[in-house]
Amino acid sequence: MISKTPLKLSALVVGLALALSGCASSGGASNAKLKALGSNEKTLSLLGWPGYAEDGSNDPKVDWVTPFEKSTGCQVTFKPYGTSDEALNLFKSGDYDVIAASGDATLRLIASGDVQPLNTDLIPNYKNVYPFLKGQAWNTVAGETYGVPHGYGANLLMYNTDVVKPAPTSWDVVFDKASAYKGKVTAYDSPIYIADAAVYLMAHKPELNITNPYALDADQLAAAVDLLKAQKANVGEYWSDYLKSIDSFSTGNSVVGTTWQVIKNSMPAGSHVEAVLPSEGATGWSDSWMVSSTTKSPNCAYAWLNYIDSPKANAAATEYFGEAPATADACQYGSAGFCDSYHAGDAAYAAKIWYWTTPVAKCLDGRTDVKCTDYSAWTKAWQEIKG
Amino acid sequence: MRLSRSAKFVLAALSIATLAFIYLPLGVVVINSFNASKNMSWPPQNFTLHWWQVASQSSGMLSALATSVVVATASAAVALLLGTLLALAMSRYKFFGKQPVSLMVILPIALPGIVTGIALNNAFRTLLGIKLTIVTLIVAHATFCIVTVYNNALARLNRMNRNMEEASADLGAGIWTTFRLVTLPQMASALVAGALLAFALSFDEIIVTTFTAGGGVETLPIWILNNMFRPGKAPIVDVVAVVVVLISVLPIFFAQRLTAAEKSS
Amino acid sequence: MSVNSVREVDSALAVRPTFAHRVSAKLYSNAKLRLRLLIAAPLFWLSLVYVAALLALFVTAFWTMDSFTGEVRVQWNIDNFVQLFTDALYRTVTLRTLGIALAVTFIDILIALPIAFFMAKVASRRMRGILVISILMPLWASYLVKAYAWRSVLSNDGILQWLLRPLGLDTPGYSLVGAALTLGYIWLPYVILPIFTGLEKVPQNILEASSDLGAKTWSTLRLIVFPMLLPAIAAGSIFAFSLTMGDYISINIVGGATQMLGNLVYTNVGTANNLPMAAAIAMIPVAIMFIYLTAIRKTGALDNL
Repeated sequence: MISKTPLKLSALVVGLALALSGCASSGGASNAKLKALGSNEKTLSLLGWPGYAEDGSNDPKVDWVTPFEKSTGCQVTFKPYGTSDEALNLFKSGDYDVIAASGDATLRLIASGDVQPLNTDLIPNYKNVYPFLKGQAWNTVAGETYGVPHGYGANLLMYNTDVVKPAPTSWDVVFDKASAYKGKVTAYDSPIYIADAAVYLMAHKPELNITNPYALDADQLAAAVDLLKAQKANVGEYWSDYLKSIDSFSTGNSVVGTTWQVIKNSMPAGSHVEAVLPSEGATGWSDSWMVSSTTKSPNCAYAWLNYIDSPKANAAATEYFGEAPATADACQYGSAGFCDSYHAGDAAYAAKIWYWTTPVAKCLDGRTDVKCTDYSAWTKAWQEIKG
Repeated sequence: MRLSRSAKFVLAALSIATLAFIYLPLGVVVINSFNASKNMSWPPQNFTLHWWQVASQSSGMLSALATSVVVATASAAVALLLGTLLALAMSRYKFFGKQPVSLMVILPIALPGIVTGIALNNAFRTLLGIKLTIVTLIVAHATFCIVTVYNNALARLNRMNRNMEEASADLGAGIWTTFRLVTLPQMASALVAGALLAFALSFDEIIVTTFTAGGGVETLPIWILNNMFRPGKAPIVDVVAVVVVLISVLPIFFAQRLTAAEKSS
Repeated sequence: MSVNSVREVDSALAVRPTFAHRVSAKLYSNAKLRLRLLIAAPLFWLSLVYVAALLALFVTAFWTMDSFTGEVRVQWNIDNFVQLFTDALYRTVTLRTLGIALAVTFIDILIALPIAFFMAKVASRRMRGILVISILMPLWASYLVKAYAWRSVLSNDGILQWLLRPLGLDTPGYSLVGAALTLGYIWLPYVILPIFTGLEKVPQNILEASSDLGAKTWSTLRLIVFPMLLPAIAAGSIFAFSLTMGDYISINIVGGATQMLGNLVYTNVGTANNLPMAAAIAMIPVAIMFIYLTAIRKTGALDNL
């Protein structure tokens, strides 16, 4: 018996798919600021780095979401992401009201119209935020504030004190002098790491005239890529999660490379490692909470933005993640030495940090005679560096 | 072929070596779940029950486990239905387009998970314009689970004696009655085995899940992945793995008994 | 039995045929209808959910992405494919991935054959049951947990180094070898099971007849068992090969500073949000899998999964 039904059916399906795929939709986004607050909606959906909104489900003692829910009536759901890029992708689904984004994602969110400008008058705690975190390139565009700071930190240089002697004060141990630690150098696994090479080049190759590590023209990018390709020969592995970095330093698989303060603080007792902010300065992050342009819960969203900069919640969230809080008042609440350990409020320390900013074609350093390389060029370059 | 004593000995030795290879890393997992240090250095110096205690209080883990069970059960159920129907069609009928269909059912498992993942993600979000939820996740999982049920059912149907079905029909039983009373019982153990494998596939899937689960949906593998990114939480993950492996003995043992009982009867 | 006789039986049984009876009789007489009813749902699901999604992905590969806003623009071009063929990066990574996938498949078959043979032909029934459970159990320990366990095993300070040091050897560490070992480990049960099932189907009396005719154990294996087993081996290899082709997680955990095709796809879709490029790269493993499936289809492997 012969039936042609299946084939006809699949031909139909293919036709349908082709027809449908021709019309990708784009959501309508509002670009107006909120004028006044109304009554809170029922739900609030958050997207952030793991540990940015803990509700006690992972550890009953770690919970700053439940008090928020009790006081505002907004039921919170939280989705953690692993990298800035994953965050961007998830946020585009339109399922989230609020996102905690690092500077390598914020400009992309603003450019694509996925987030709305904020009326900071409706966020009372905003006035307590450290001034050096406000009005920066990664949270403010054309005078409009798009993000409320959460906390900040630097990408430090960590080294094994038994192996790396004398104590390094420069990034040269992972670049020009890296061959001494061949196979035991580690670096952060993201295109944004290209900026670390650019920071190094700013100090060591002044003839390249790099003034902002996130504003690289084609030649400057090529120089950074060459430096990173040379580094690759000495890299044991790239890391992007805590666990990988912690255990590769504790087993001696890595002896020198980029790290976060929290990784240094979480190293097992008896580990012989130290972390420094090298003389060239460093890259770092300052994360911002931003509101979706299509949110159905703007009042809950503003309530959260205000809450996360309240002293107690800001201390709890940033100490748990391992970074400096965005407000000086938070220092009253963290455990002893919390703010010192992360250099919170130390303006001189903060000044040495080049916060992650999305590289865009219009040069961030103000140059208008050249086009800068954008993030997609950096991504392509990063793939080539890793080979 | 009668194997010599030495040949049997070599085979046994190789089998033991293979089992050692399989269980060595699992042993490391068990030991690390009691390791007092977050350090992976071998051998561990101190032992603690701390991680077991923390894991037992983690409601996030329990709800992720529950989500995984729901997703795996639903996907296995859908796969059971579709796989059985397809196996019946493929074993009993000849038709044009049979070869492409047999390839189509294998594709979701034969093509790399990341391809399946981004294809479905794109289809759900861009083509259909629907939000990713637990439903899209189940649809995605069921799609690559169909093949396990299908293969088990098809193999059984091809070996099955058709005489009994014909006898049943001759005795006047309707088509549904024949299926229910004659065909289905003979297929049962193959279907259980297929469904169990489907459950296992879905339960541990992570790549397709990453791309097709909605924001609020956290399966156990996703929970584990997220915990790897949380400061100082890694050994909890070892506890969870040990518990899941221990629990898994039950369904496997049950399926094993079912098949064995059938073979001896 | 003819269709007419069914109608007779039906009408004889029930003076007034119920609706169910009429449906049953209709179905019994109409094989085509029966086939359609059986196949409609699975076919609808597979083609609408899966094949349509795959085709749409393929179509997307011919589009382009706005590099700043990250929006996909419908602008037909073949730039992505031109890049795939001209850029050395994609060639290197494809060859590396293929190499790892083949190595993993080979290692797995090599490890699986003896234990599968032991289970099917040497072990007692009771022993066989225990062995099947022992092989299946690790499947339930999460992929990530197993990969991280290997990270611990392979580390400079890990159990492998601890075991190997007295022999004057070193752990392969985080490298391609480490990644191949880990992936081989994770997929091993998927390879052992089909080979075991295949071996169970090889009748004992064929083996005995062959040895009665004076064939040596090795010749029996090579000439009788292996050809009968080929479909099962090929079926097992599909899992090891395909799962490795698409992996991007283990290579990050134990592979050191290297990447596979899966990473390129993941980076493009996750990092660059460049779905068109990711779709184009994804077509590489798809093409390789199609070639692989066609090659082993002749062995009958597809019926042995």
